[in-house]
Amino acid sequence: MNLEIALLLAQDGIANGAIYVLVGLGIVLVFVVTRVIFVPFGDILAYAALTLGAFERHRLPGTIWLVLTLAIIASGMEVFRAVRERKPERVARAVGLYAGLPLLPVALVVLLAGREISEPVAVALTLALVLPIGPLLYRIAFRPLADAPVLVLLMVAVALHFAVSGLALFYFGPEGVRTQAFTRAVLRIGDLVLPGQTLIIFSTCGVVATLLYLLFTHTTIGKSLRATAVNRLGALLCGISPARTGALAFLLASGLAGISGVIVAPVTTLYYDSGFIIGLKAFVGAIIGGLVSYPLAAAGALIVGLLESYAAFWNSAFKEVTVFSALIPILVWRSLAFAHQLEQEDGAAEEEIAA
Amino acid sequence: MSRRLRSSGSAVTAIFAIAVLAAAPFLLGGYALTLLDYIAIYALVALGLVLMTGAGGIVSFGQAAFLGIGAYATAWWTTAIGGSPFTGLLIGLLASGITAAVLGAATLRLGGHFLPLSTIAWGIAIDYLFGNLEALGSHNGIAAIPPLSVGALPLASARSFYYFVWPLLGLAMLLLSNLLDSREGRAIRALRGGNALVESLGINPFRTRLCAFVLAALLAALAGWLYAHFQRVVSSTAFDLEAGIEFLLMALIGGTTHVAGAVVGAGIVTLMKEGMQSFLPLITSNSTQLQAVVLGALFILILQKARFGLVPLILRVLPKQAPRRTLEPAAPLSRRVPTPKGASLLSVEGLTKRFGGLVAVDEVSFEVKAGEIIGLIGPNGAGKTTLFNLVTGLASPDEGHIRFLGADVGRLAAHVLVRRGLARTFQHVKLRPSMTLLDNVALGAYARTRSGFLRGALRLDRSEERSVKAEAARELARVGLDAKAHERAGTLPLGEQRLLEVARALAADPALVILDEPAAGLRRMEKQALANLIKALRSEGVTVMLVEHDMDFVMGLVDRVVVMDFGVKIAEGSPREVSADPRVREAYLGAEAA
Repeated sequence: MNLEIALLLAQDGIANGAIYVLVGLGIVLVFVVTRVIFVPFGDILAYAALTLGAFERHRLPGTIWLVLTLAIIASGMEVFRAVRERKPERVARAVGLYAGLPLLPVALVVLLAGREISEPVAVALTLALVLPIGPLLYRIAFRPLADAPVLVLLMVAVALHFAVSGLALFYFGPEGVRTQAFTRAVLRIGDLVLPGQTLIIFSTCGVVATLLYLLFTHTTIGKSLRATAVNRLGALLCGISPARTGALAFLLASGLAGISGVIVAPVTTLYYDSGFIIGLKAFVGAIIGGLVSYPLAAAGALIVGLLESYAAFWNSAFKEVTVFSALIPILVWRSLAFAHQLEQEDGAAEEEIAA
Repeated sequence: MSRRLRSSGSAVTAIFAIAVLAAAPFLLGGYALTLLDYIAIYALVALGLVLMTGAGGIVSFGQAAFLGIGAYATAWWTTAIGGSPFTGLLIGLLASGITAAVLGAATLRLGGHFLPLSTIAWGIAIDYLFGNLEALGSHNGIAAIPPLSVGALPLASARSFYYFVWPLLGLAMLLLSNLLDSREGRAIRALRGGNALVESLGINPFRTRLCAFVLAALLAALAGWLYAHFQRVVSSTAFDLEAGIEFLLMALIGGTTHVAGAVVGAGIVTLMKEGMQSFLPLITSNSTQLQAVVLGALFILILQKARFGLVPLILRVLPKQAPRRTLEPAAPLSRRVPTPKGASLLSVEGLTKRFGGLVAVDEVSFEVKAGEIIGLIGPNGAGKTTLFNLVTGLASPDEGHIRFLGADVGRLAAHVLVRRGLARTFQHVKLRPSMTLLDNVALGAYARTRSGFLRGALRLDRSEERSVKAEAARELARVGLDAKAHERAGTLPLGEQRLLEVARALAADPALVILDEPAAGLRRMEKQALANLIKALRSEGVTVMLVEHDMDFVMGLVDRVVVMDFGVKIAEGSPREVSADPRVREAYLGAEAA
């Protein structure tokens, strides 16, 4: 390996890493606020990419069916609850919130799909369409288990991934999608050649991270999310509804997944099930940060990107094996370095899986 | 809760189930028997999860990888090398046992969600390895694996295989339920709920978890061996993460608290998948993926609505027999040679512990003599808890010595200290609420007994078990809870839970019992009962050290008091001397009062 190849691999690795950074930020965000390890995050990413691909081919994206299905289930659950609790006045709100709102982008997409639409419009539609997925999944799968232990939530998340990615195959079929490049321009700095697409990934990652930072430090909504993350009970006592912050975290995660899907779609061919592996690698990065620190999670995600890139050069068949095996020493290091944080609450966890 | 078939209802059900299974080959065709064979194979994997997840609280998404190791090992051995399947089994068990030991050593110290996440990672990594190793046929896998044969009898047909695999499963279930009802089984069941309690009982939580983890991997490898020789081909897709999750689903549907849950769950999931395979293609061309959707949705529903699975639901319906009240006669457990009254038991010299700039405990010295009740008191933030943690081995001192029964124990871990004769209770009661009072107290005798996993599984531990149960019953009677011995500990009010903790501490046959704020949160009558118990213990020669907040409770009870404030010992003496001491009055009431 000479320096040129090394640099090329590094550039490739950092570009991948930047995607993992976005995904990792979303995973950490959802985890600290709701204690859910949002495994289906990558699946939403794949939905976004496939949706953009469908727009380019003038097809109706299958995502509308997913949103429709989820909206029906979620609003059904809400209506059922309103009726059971004999609060009929809540029915209208439930239907509006869980069916009406998600169906707005669906209606828009149905109107516009099949026509010639410009790239920015397609991207905006894609984001609007995947945005409701997160909160709807939260309502259906996680809110009924709000007080369940992390392990139960994790098992639900893993099962949810299978349901969501299975539906992706059902709606989109097995063929992969690689969308048009946003730009074909290249930037030359000396010997270094940076494709415009890579620059778009870098700048999106930077902008999104900055926006998130501003959201968390300068807005009440962001602060309520942080408050819930630090102490759920305390936040509740301050009048912050955990259900609301939970839905909000999932909404943000959906948005992050959508953005990641859109910027990764022109770089790699994505299939209905590609999201999971992307999510898992981002996750390996997030674990380096202990699932709690955003900057560390971002740094970890970059490391994973680089590791993957060099591992692929070394032996492409064992690329994945290398990345996932790397998790083991990382976990060992974390458990040794942060042992006191990992000690579980005695007694509280006892009734976890079964009693 | 005893996992043995303890009620007549479930005994009848078990006999009925065995009769039906024995009759199955005469009534069913090859197709149904093939399904039943697969159910038995998968049930073996799920059985490992009953041990590991249901009892030990370790969630693994990666069991399919161990199934794969077992399957690939024998497949490679019998095809590429041409060896015997039984050597293949040994290789598979060895390979998966070693893999599990290494992975477990690396990850089982992880808390909470990190551990199950790591199982996803290595589960995927191992499966990718199968699919990419040329020696294992890469993505095509290995075909033409010979069938098993026992002696000259080939087990190629579903029918003959049935006679082999179901008795094997039955044997595994029997051994596992024996194990769960033994000393190490109790330790595994106590794992769920954190390390502080198990360590205080002399159980090494890491070792116990590792054993449960390796056992589950061995069961999966055994299943993999059967799978390879029954299916006759193996490929990596059968051992991916989805398969791992299906096994977890099986265990959860059946119910992870009962060995029968593994079979019920494996049966339901296998039959459901089979049903979907014949039904779903009628409505879609992508039936395998829709299958994942249905299974995923089912999994979520189970977790939301019936987290404990089906078997507990069934058991609830069956008529119950009252548990045995009388215990069989047993030889008493050996007891420690008592320390003569008045001799030094515990001596603390110049003990110092710093947290950064804060000196939490500053050159504290005191002594506990055999046969006395000593109280350690002090206002909030006095350093009582830190001192307590130092003495019980949860923290190690920066300076100074702790001598217990003549030996320096300052750096010994909690689970070693209990073997030396130091037992404790917890301020925030730490019990295992789903276990009976008797089992909770029997946990206390862990450090006094020796039976390991093998003796437990083979029931060679029965005489020792009888002694443990008799000892537990004796300690329950001592604290006045014998009437509730077979109830679940979670049903007790706080006052009785504290008494139960004392009984558990006594079951360790300790030289010294340390009670951590035993009166906290108790009502007046409950405090009275506790005080009476402590007095009774003193008259029986037990040495007790109380770390307490509640002055009234301590002063009426103890022989001697050590008072701490801001990390320093400010007074020591009889309750009367101490309460007259101006420094003590100042610490508790402020300067003016003194």
